Parts: sequence; C-alpha cells; structure tokens
Amino acid sequence: MLALQDPDPFKLFDKDKEMIVLNDRPWNMEAQAHLLNEDVTSNKFMFIRNNGKIPETIDVASWALLIDGESVQQKKTYTLDELKTKFPQHTYQLTLECGGNGRSEFDPPAKGNQWTVGAVSCANWTGVRLRDVLEDVGVKGDAVYIGYHATDTHLSGDPTKEPISRGVPMSKAYMDETLLAFKMNGEDIPLAHGYPLRLVVGGWPASASGKWINGISVRNKIHDGTKMTGTAYRVPCETVAPGETVLDENMCIIESMPVKSLITYPKTGAIIDSGKKLTVKGHAWAGELEVQKMEHSIDFGATWQPCSVDPPSNRLAWQHFTASIGFPKKGYYEVWARATDTNGVSQPMILPGWNPKGYLNNACHRIAIKVS
Amino acid sequence: MSKEEAFRKSARSMYKAMLAIFLMVGITTFLGIYVIVDPSLSSFSGSSEEDEIDYQDAADGDDTIENGIHLRTGLVEGEGLMEVVYNCTNCHSAKLVTQNRMTKERWKATIRWMQETQNLWDLGDNEEIIVNYLVAHYPPTKKGRRQNLTAIDWYELEN
Repeated sequence: MLALQDPDPFKLFDKDKEMIVLNDRPWNMEAQAHLLNEDVTSNKFMFIRNNGKIPETIDVASWALLIDGESVQQKKTYTLDELKTKFPQHTYQLTLECGGNGRSEFDPPAKGNQWTVGAVSCANWTGVRLRDVLEDVGVKGDAVYIGYHATDTHLSGDPTKEPISRGVPMSKAYMDETLLAFKMNGEDIPLAHGYPLRLVVGGWPASASGKWINGISVRNKIHDGTKMTGTAYRVPCETVAPGETVLDENMCIIESMPVKSLITYPKTGAIIDSGKKLTVKGHAWAGELEVQKMEHSIDFGATWQPCSVDPPSNRLAWQHFTASIGFPKKGYYEVWARATDTNGVSQPMILPGWNPKGYLNNACHRIAIKVS
Repeated sequence: MSKEEAFRKSARSMYKAMLAIFLMVGITTFLGIYVIVDPSLSSFSGSSEEDEIDYQDAADGDDTIENGIHLRTGLVEGEGLMEVVYNCTNCHSAKLVTQNRMTKERWKATIRWMQETQNLWDLGDNEEIIVNYLVAHYPPTKKGRRQNLTAIDWYELEN
C-alpha cells in the first residue's frame, strides 16, 4: 500500500492540520489541548502512537484471532465474523492516554517521543468483551496475565521481532469495559488506530490497548513480550531523585493512569475585555477511578475555586468540566485546572516524581489569558 | 582429425592466448594507473563498508543544507552529520533524534539499547563521531520543576 508513504500524514490518516507530527517513522502524532474540546474524540483529533510500522495489507476475510498461551484449556481461533456474531456487543466511551503523555516536561529529559499534552483521547469503542471470549476458550486456574500479538512490523524490518506485545493482569482483562473492538465512534476503526481489531483497555497506558491484534496469549506468569520489561512502560517501584539510575529489577509496570485534566476551551493566548467573564471547559479523568472534584485557580494556586464536573458517560470515560471566571483587574493571568480523584488524590502543580522514561506526568494544565 | 581442423584448433588456442595476454596487460595497466591516482585505494574500502549495511533509505536523497539544517532530515549541520544520517535514520526518522536531549552517557546508553534490542549494528569508529555530534547539538537543558508558558499566540476572544 503505497499510501503509507504519502508525505501528507494529515491526508493519509484523515487528521486535522493542527495536529502535531512528532515522528514520521514510526508515525507519532499528537493533538493540542484546544483540539480536544469535543465530548467524544473524533478520529481527526485522536493522537497516533506507534512503536513499529503500520501493517500495509489487511485481509479482513481471512483475519483470525488466535487465543493461546500456557493457561488456556486449548488453543482456539476466531474469525472477525465469529467474534461479531457469537458474542454480545458492547459500546463504551474509553479514555486512552499514552503513558508518556507530558514526557517533554521532565528534567533531566526522558528519552522517547516528546509528548506535550495531546496524547489522550476518549472515543466510543464497540466490540465484544474479552472476558466472554476467554470464557468460551476456557482459561485454567493458574492464569496470571494476558498478552496481545499484532501484525505491525518491527522498524528494523526483522520479521522475528514484535514491535510491541503488552498486556494486562487477568483482573483487568475480565472487566466489563475491556473490549476486543472492531468499531470506533460507530465506524470501522481507522487503520492507524488498529483496524480491523483492537484490544481496548480504558484507564491504563494506551500501549495496553494493542492495535491490529491477531493473538491473545493467556499466560501463567506476567506477560514478558516486547515493551513489558526494562524501562518500557515501567517506573521505579520506589521513588527516585531526578536523573538517578534505576536497575531493571527495581522497575514496576504501570497499571492505572493517574488523575489528570485538560483545559480544552478557550485555546491558550485569549485576550478578553476587562469586566467580562471567561467560560472555560475541559475534561478530567482518573484511570480506574472517577474524578470527584474539579477546581481552577487564576493566582498560581494561592486560591482555588470549584468548577462544575459531570459524571462520566460510563466507567473509564473522561468527565467534562466547566467554569465561569471573573478577573479582578487587567493583566496577565494563567488559568490552572486541578482534578481530584475518588481517593482524594489531586494533580500536582509541579512535575510529579521523575522516572527514567518520563511517564505519568499528570501536572496541572494551564492556559495563558490577558485581560485588557 | 583433418589438417584443416588441426590448423583451426591451433589458431583458436593461439587467439585465446593472445586475448588472455592482452587482457592481463590491460588490467595491469588500469590497476597501475588507478594506484597512481588513488594510492590508498580509499574508494574501495568505502564501498566495501557500504555493501555490508543497507543504506538504502538513509543514503538516498538530497543532502542540501540550508541555514545550518540538513533539509532532508532536519538535523543540525556539524561534524559527524552524515555519520548520523547514515547510521541513525535507517530504521527510524531523524525526528526521534532531534526531539531528544541527552548527556554523552545517555546517548551512548541509547545506542547500546538499540544494539541489544533493535538490531543496530556495531558503529565502530563512527560511534565516537556520532556521540560527539549528538551531545554537541542535542544536549539536555535545565527545565526545572515547571517552565513558563512560551510561544503564546495571542488572539482576541469574542465573549
């Protein structure tokens, strides 16, 4: 498919022109905060994160999902049609945030794509529950983890290497919202987002939501596929000082993403007239948890005022917040937003704990405003 | 064997011998001239190195530099630029290089990680050149615990 070399990625992936290309081999692209104002994220504003090359040929008719591993009663293969007809279908709106979203702010800098704020989305995903499929296969009592396999290819061209093969513990695999999805926002999943079959695991690093999947291994140990070990999607088990060297054996796998929020309206840089109120809007999410409180500050955290925040459309969906803000006098302001989860944990205003690969930056988002 | 055939045969072998001598003299003359022009045989050693590695993507293209930037890759002009282009942009885009900032030690560690897990080859003498280029042009800068908002595009908001 020559189209994958199309020099215009916006056309190639049907993305908005304001999306930011971080990398073109492999393709990595993020949104800007103001592009994410929709309640349900459209494809054109959805970030793209790839570890390898997007598959170039996809034969839907012969596509098959193999369920194997140490902890299945027997291997079993399903065609797409079998998945769609044999099991009940469900739709959930699910927050997918790249584990490295916000990496660009860490000091010392962390290696990898330098995501700012836009590697997060919350689309509607339709598919069948992974649990239903695993129950149909039959899983042994010693199952610990599932790991996915997919048809993307390694950057080096080495056919023996998987670019990424991550997974989740059985408890997460068995959740209602963990889907083998074949639709995004009611349509076939776009190629860059995993067509024709994607594992969708809301609230966890989006790398757990494998794209183009053709295999699920049910493991009797923690899945040891590519990007499950070393520094990939792992953080120090015990907190470390910025820049400290951490041995692999002292790194722990990231599970639920932390509480976070994003101001999506207005775009940063708004100049408003003195005496006018400013409406701000945005989204907040908290991994496995919900957001119970949303606040904003126009004095760098000296005082905080409440925002109104909606309940999620379903578990693991982001929540919308809004506030109407008055400014006491002319000048330069920053509107800061802070979410608090149902455990009472809030976003920090400064960078959270440093880690070698720059994951889990959930520091408060802010926009610049001038009142004139 | 008739006389005629014997004559033809000896003429053929004579012709072959003369052709061989002619070729040998020709090759020797060519080599002699070549060594005078290029005594270190540098173009041979260069091309044999290239044969071992597939430079298909990285070596193909326009190497125009404008305002200190290698246009095709976005890399900064400097000593070691082409070594980086040839060795570091075969598998991934140069964008993965230019968006990162590391110390010498961490650039080296990144090369080791790519060699151990990503099929990066032994860089030989080029490693020093590449690491020096990277740390000269893409070193870490202090960012602190939170930076100012910068590059704000101010606009009038109708509200």
